[in-house]
Amino acid sequence: MIRTKPKACYLDNKYCPGCGHGIINRILAEVLEEMKVDGETIGAIAVGCSSLMPDTFDIDCIQAQHGRAAAVAAGIKRCRPDKTVFAYQGDGDALAIGFSETMYAAIRNENITVIFVNNGNFGMTGGQMAPTTLEGQKTTTSPKGRSRAETGDPLNAIQLMKTLDVAYLARGTVTSSANILKTKSYLRKAFEMQKNGMGYSFVEILSPCPTNWGLSPLKALERIDEVVTDVYPLGEFVDKSGGKN
Amino acid sequence: MEKRLLTGNEAIAEAAVRAGCRFFAGYPITPQSEILEYLSRRMPEVGGKFVQSESELSGISMVYGAAAAGFRTFTSSSGPGYSLLQEGISYIASAELPCVIVDVQRYGSGLGDIYVGQSDYWQAVRNGGHGDYRTIVYAPSSVQETADLIAMSFDKAEQYRNPVTVLSDASICHMMEPVELPEMHEHDPNQYDWALKGKGNGHYKRITSALYDIPDFDHYIAEKYRNIEDNEQKWESFRTEDADVVLVAYGISARICEETVLIGRENGLRLGLIRPISLYPFPRQAFRELNSRSDVRAYFSVEMTALHQMAEDVALASKMRCPIYAMDGGMTVYEPEDILKRIKSALSGKERTVFQA
Repeated sequence: MIRTKPKACYLDNKYCPGCGHGIINRILAEVLEEMKVDGETIGAIAVGCSSLMPDTFDIDCIQAQHGRAAAVAAGIKRCRPDKTVFAYQGDGDALAIGFSETMYAAIRNENITVIFVNNGNFGMTGGQMAPTTLEGQKTTTSPKGRSRAETGDPLNAIQLMKTLDVAYLARGTVTSSANILKTKSYLRKAFEMQKNGMGYSFVEILSPCPTNWGLSPLKALERIDEVVTDVYPLGEFVDKSGGKN
Repeated sequence: MEKRLLTGNEAIAEAAVRAGCRFFAGYPITPQSEILEYLSRRMPEVGGKFVQSESELSGISMVYGAAAAGFRTFTSSSGPGYSLLQEGISYIASAELPCVIVDVQRYGSGLGDIYVGQSDYWQAVRNGGHGDYRTIVYAPSSVQETADLIAMSFDKAEQYRNPVTVLSDASICHMMEPVELPEMHEHDPNQYDWALKGKGNGHYKRITSALYDIPDFDHYIAEKYRNIEDNEQKWESFRTEDADVVLVAYGISARICEETVLIGRENGLRLGLIRPISLYPFPRQAFRELNSRSDVRAYFSVEMTALHQMAEDVALASKMRCPIYAMDGGMTVYEPEDILKRIKSALSGKERTVFQA
């Protein structure tokens, strides 16, 4: 079998070595092309490391304001319901400054797909604490480790959204070939939900940030498998593809 | 043509629909909530979309998306909510997308209060958001003019690919007047090549700050706004031909000033009025002829603000060739008697000018 790079990844990506975004961009492109919707897809791209994506991604995109990608995507989808519309956001963007826009897109069950890349920190600005930073995790703004007493618990978006009437919630990661393929199947399912008018789909992807975690790329992957997945377990949490749940 | 009796808010909403606007997202705030109420009913009738957003931040973001998709779109707010729109307005201007923003002015900073005010002038005209951009700003002083300016705003927004602001106020938006509404206009969201609709078999499109695509962007953006300033000044001059004291007023204050000019003239004062309709660009051309005359003794900026916001533009337009006075106030609509008293007092040398050294 000959595997070729998806057409949408038309240039080498610009992320740090060992970053998970490059893999996620690729499987997203593969899903859109395999579903043959790449020519009718519009992405709303977040501020942060996500904003490097449009530089190398051959799909129509709009640069959203920080935190507002889901609202921008909703505006596009409501106007052009026949198009495939996604938001591509990091954890600082979607859950800190954009918490309200993220949650309300789910509350309204907007027929969009949100791809939520969780690397546990504000990567683009140099590794500050994010809502998803784990307890005790050191960042440039939690130098002694994140304190629950001062900042509360790490935020689990899927846990919050499970109570809402949404179509699909899943969490994957990119730490192995098997996990990458599973995550790709989640993305595929999410976009199929949208295509079938089922409503809001949200795929969280645990992604390594070797640069700001101060780990080698391989150690960063190990950290996800050994530590991060304990707090953010993998799997499908809401799946209305069979019309139930 | 049939006339309908409408409030200013209803005229905004209906004129937008007739201009081909098919997407509105907004948040309730007095005194503009009737715009949402009207559109929640009206948009579905014409196949448009209405969203009551969770905040103004979200509403303007949806408008940003709708504009990027090529649709005619607008949002409306007031005071505190208008502040929250500024992030999105800066992004929309930066991405060179067309849309219309309505600010129905209420009184004051912070929470302020819900009665009429005109103190959002600086924010609307000087820009509330970050960076080098302007929005064209129109200020209607009647319900008819509100409808006309809304219709024109969508055209100008597309002509210049730039947001247009309609700066109304709590008086104009709540008064009822007979209105001749614009004809129904169909807007084709696919007519512009910049609109996002998926790449199809071609190349991708990007909507982001235009600076990434335009060479020599600083020069380009300066030229864009210079072009707007040269070509889009709108105003109405009333009895200025022989006036030696010229009032400058917009919106509700302009209506009072027109009456003031007539009463003043009956009492031997040679008053005139410049009524800016575009606040950006400020109608400097209206002052050209007056600047060449030696008999003009004073300007009066009549606006409902304690800090004399528009008076700065009056100073620039008049080149400060004669003293500039302003009404002190903001919380209440002036009576013609108040203005006349102040003019007489100023002419006898008893009042401080706005820009006294």
